[in-house]
Amino acid sequence: MREFKDHTQQNRAKTGPDDKSRSARAFRSQREEKRYWILLITLIVLGAVASYGLLVYNNPVPVGAPSFIPVVKRRMVALTAMIIAAVCQSLATVAFQSSTNNRIITPSLLGFEALYSTIHTGTMFFFGTSAFLKFSGVGPFLFQVVAMILMCLILYGWLLSGKYGNLQLMLLVGVIMGTGLKAVSSFMRRLLAPSEFDVLQAKLFGSVNHADAAYFPIAIPIVGITALLILLYSKKLNVLSLGRSAGTSLGLNHQFGVIYTLILVSVLMSVSTALVGSLTFYGFLVATMTYQAAPTYDHRYMFPMSLAIGFLILTGSYFFMYHVFRAQGVVSIIIELFGGITFLIVLLRKGSL
Amino acid sequence: MLKRVIHRITGAEISQPPLFSHRKPWSKPFIFAVCAVLALGAVSLFTGVYDIQGREDGWNMFFITRVPRTAALMLTGAAMSMSGLVTQLITQNRLVEPTTTGTIEWAGLGLVFVYLAVPAPTLMVRMAGAILFSFIGTMIFFLFLRKVKLRSSLIVPIIGMMLGAVISAISTFIGLVFQMTQSIESWFVGSFAPVQIGRYEYLWLIVVVNIIIFVYADRLTLAGLGEDVATSLGVNYNRIVILGTCLISAAVGVVAAVIGNLPFLGLIVPNIVSMYRGDDLKSNLPWVCVLGMGAITLCDIISRTIIMPFEVPVSLILGTVGAVVFIVILLKQRKQR
Repeated sequence: MREFKDHTQQNRAKTGPDDKSRSARAFRSQREEKRYWILLITLIVLGAVASYGLLVYNNPVPVGAPSFIPVVKRRMVALTAMIIAAVCQSLATVAFQSSTNNRIITPSLLGFEALYSTIHTGTMFFFGTSAFLKFSGVGPFLFQVVAMILMCLILYGWLLSGKYGNLQLMLLVGVIMGTGLKAVSSFMRRLLAPSEFDVLQAKLFGSVNHADAAYFPIAIPIVGITALLILLYSKKLNVLSLGRSAGTSLGLNHQFGVIYTLILVSVLMSVSTALVGSLTFYGFLVATMTYQAAPTYDHRYMFPMSLAIGFLILTGSYFFMYHVFRAQGVVSIIIELFGGITFLIVLLRKGSL
Repeated sequence: MLKRVIHRITGAEISQPPLFSHRKPWSKPFIFAVCAVLALGAVSLFTGVYDIQGREDGWNMFFITRVPRTAALMLTGAAMSMSGLVTQLITQNRLVEPTTTGTIEWAGLGLVFVYLAVPAPTLMVRMAGAILFSFIGTMIFFLFLRKVKLRSSLIVPIIGMMLGAVISAISTFIGLVFQMTQSIESWFVGSFAPVQIGRYEYLWLIVVVNIIIFVYADRLTLAGLGEDVATSLGVNYNRIVILGTCLISAAVGVVAAVIGNLPFLGLIVPNIVSMYRGDDLKSNLPWVCVLGMGAITLCDIISRTIIMPFEVPVSLILGTVGAVVFIVILLKQRKQR
C-alpha cells in the first residue's frame, strides 16, 4: 500500500496543468481501471439479484395473488434496512479510515454506538417510560443527532487541536470512552425496572429483520444527505488520506477536514445503530475488501465500490442463510466472525502500524 | 516533534524514580495506606443486608459469605493490579493490561471450550482452560508486538482491544452454535456476589503468583528496559518474558474462572503508583498490591450499597470509574510534558 501511495504522489508531482499526455489518473494502468469497472458492475448485478431473490424467492403466495404485494412489502422493509446499513457502514468506515490515515481501526470502536445507547438509556433512566416513549419521532431524532454532533465537536475539536493535538490519543480516548459509556449504560439498565427495561431493549437492539419502518421517513433523508456530503467530500478525502503534513502542505485545513469527516461518520454510525444494532467488524470487512477491489487512492472510485460490496455482503449472506442454509438469526454474527478473522489476518500481515 | 511527544506520553523511560530514598517499604505513607485498606476491609465485612448481630445464625453467615467475599476482593485486587504491572513492564508500554491485550477475552474463550469439552466442568477444569487460553492469547499478542514496528505506543491498546473484540466474536459464534450464549454473557460481567465458602478458595493460588512476582521483581524490572539492555545486564530475556506471561495468565485465568471480567484495574493502579514513585518494581510492588486491594474493595462496597438491598456487578462500577480515570491519566500526561 505504501509503495502505491508513493507512486501516486510521484504522479501528482510530475503532472503539470498543461501536460495532457500524463494526467494523474486514479488507476495505475488501463487494465486496473477495466478490472475495476467489471468488478463494480458484477458486484452491483449480484447485489441486485440477491435483493430480488430476497424479495420474491420462496414466496409462499403465487405472483398475482392479492396477498402477494403485502408479503413483498414486509420483505421490502428488511431490504431497506439493509440498504441503509450498507450505506452507513461502508461509507463511514472508508471515510473514517482515510481521514485518520489508518486501515485498521474502525469507527464502530469509537463509542458512537455506546453514546447512542447511553442517550437512550439515560432518557429512560432520568425521565421515565412516558418521556421515553415520547422521545421518538422527528424532533427528538434530530435532537439526538445534534447532541451527538455537538459531543463529537467538543471532544474531537479539543483533542485534535492545539499544540498537543494527536490523532492516536484521540482514538484511544474514544475507545476508552466507548468502553466506559457501555459500562455506564449497562449500569443504568441494571437499575431500571423490568418493564422499563423491556421497552428500552425493544428500541435499543435492532436487527435487520426487526428494523422499525417508522424510522425510515427520518432515517432515509438523514442518511441520504450525510452520504451525499461525504461523497462530495471525496476529493478532500483523497488529500486527507495522505496524512497531516502532506495534507497541510497541499493547502488543506487538516484539522477541520478530520473533524468534519468524523462528524459525518458519527451521524451515519448512529443511524445505523438505531436501525440494525451494533456491527463491529462488518465495516472493517467491507473497507478491506474495497481496498483490494479498487486499487486506487481516489475516493470517487472507492466509495461506489464500497457501497456495492457492502450491499452484496448483506443481501447475499441473508439470502443464502435464509433460503439455502435455512439458518436465520445467525447472519450478522457470521458476518462479524468473518470480519473479525479478516481483521486478524490483516493485522498479522502488517509490518508496521 | 509530534513523535517525541507521543513517545514521552507513554514510553517506559519517562518515570525514573523521583525519590530514591523510598526504597524502604515501611514508610509512613505506606503504613497509612495499609491501615486505610484494612479499614475498607472492615467496612466490607459489615456491609450487607443480612443482619449479623441481630440474627441467631448471623455469625455463621458472616463466616460463610462476608469473610470469603472480603478475602476474594483483596486477592483479586492484588492479582489484577500486579498482572497489569508485569504486562506493562514486559511490553514496555504503560497503557497495556489484561483488558487492553485481549487476555480476558481469551480466558473467556477458554471457558467456552471447557464447557464444550466437559459437560459439567469443575471449577478446577474451568480454571485450567482459562489459564491455558489466556497464556496462548498473551503470547500471541507479545509476539505480534515484537514483530510489528510501531509508530506510536498509543496504538497498542487499541489493537489489543480490537483483538479482544475478535476473540469475543468467536466466543459468541461458538456460543450461538452450541446454544450457550447465556452462560457466556453472565460470565462476562464480573461480580463478587456468588463468592462464598467453597467457591473461592482457588483464589489463594494468587498468593503464590504474587510471591513469585516479588522474588523475580528485579529481573522483571530489567526486562522492562528492553531486550538489549536486559541481555547485557545478564538476564535471560526470553525466559523472563515467558515467566512473566505465565504469571499474568495464571492470575488472570484464576480470576476469570472464579469472578469474571474486571476491566481497567490493572491499568490504573500501576500508573498512579508510578506517577508518584517511578518505575522500580520491587519497591512499587507493595504499593500496587495495597492500592489494588483498596480500589476494588471500594468499588465493591459502592456496588453493594448503591441499590440496597440489591447489588450491581462490580465490573460496571470499575468500567465507569476506570474509564474516567484512564482518560484523566492520558490527558494529564499529555499536558505535563
